[in-house]
Amino acid sequence: MINQDRQGHQYPPAAPYQVSREAIREFAQAVKADHPAHHELEAAQALGHRDLVAPPSFAVIVAQRAEAAVVNDAEAGIDFSRVVHAEERFTHQHPILAGDTLQAQVTLERIRTMGAGAMVTTRVEISAADGEPRATVTSSLLVRTEEDPA
Amino acid sequence: MNKPVLADLEKGQQIGSRELSFSRADLLRYAAASGDHNPIHWNDRFAHEVGLDGVIAHGMLTMGSAVGLVSDWAGDPGAVVDYQARFTKPVPVPDVQTGSPETPTARLLITGKIGAVDAEERRIRVDLTVELLGAPTETQGQELSPEADQEPARTKVLAKSQAIVLL
Repeated sequence: MINQDRQGHQYPPAAPYQVSREAIREFAQAVKADHPAHHELEAAQALGHRDLVAPPSFAVIVAQRAEAAVVNDAEAGIDFSRVVHAEERFTHQHPILAGDTLQAQVTLERIRTMGAGAMVTTRVEISAADGEPRATVTSSLLVRTEEDPA
Repeated sequence: MNKPVLADLEKGQQIGSRELSFSRADLLRYAAASGDHNPIHWNDRFAHEVGLDGVIAHGMLTMGSAVGLVSDWAGDPGAVVDYQARFTKPVPVPDVQTGSPETPTARLLITGKIGAVDAEERRIRVDLTVELLGAPTETQGQELSPEADQEPARTKVLAKSQAIVLL
């Protein structure tokens, strides 16, 4: 049973994530992002960035690690064995750069039951080691609440 | 790199388009790079067991790839300060019959146009249209009617796909 009272619950921060140049290049290659600011230091610096710039959706890596706290939360009572990703949003307060050490903390924002399922919305706040905000990642997953009759 | 000039921009202008294609190898690369190892993105048997027709692309691969058009138009990926999308339809990526898993089996068409200009805040909203192109040669493309062989079917796979660029 889904525990509606868990809405608004904030979980302890996830383990810090260190952003490497290699991770940015590998992610950029995976999303076919060939902008030179993802790959060449000189190109990123020419645009005024300290180091390689992560693609706009890179924060999903950090967010999903933090969201694991909700998935593993027995008190929330949400069955994540069958999920459909419904919505995602990234709001960047500052670009994520190679060399950043990112802290991420997830909040179980909302549980909206609908038919045989529920829309679960999480919000992850990502900040740099100095506490400066980097990104807010909002993610909505459609989960099942009833047993599959099949 | 040329950056767009704020004074030249108005709502409704096209920023361009590009085609993207995904192969099974692309899905594996995205799984590795993102840490999302859900087997519906690499194992057909498992995908069938959860009610899909077969392996589908990560929604985040589609979303993450589509925004490249905006990064390149902006001239700086760091200028994309906000990006959102709703996942409305799956992107099936069937295995090829023979040969290299690098062979693309899904094609997407990305088009972008300016949805709003906030000159004071220097924020430009770019609305992306992301469509799966039907492949007439593939049995997978059931949405194709037999006579529609000249125009490939187009299915929107993302909705409300919007990026905000800070100029």
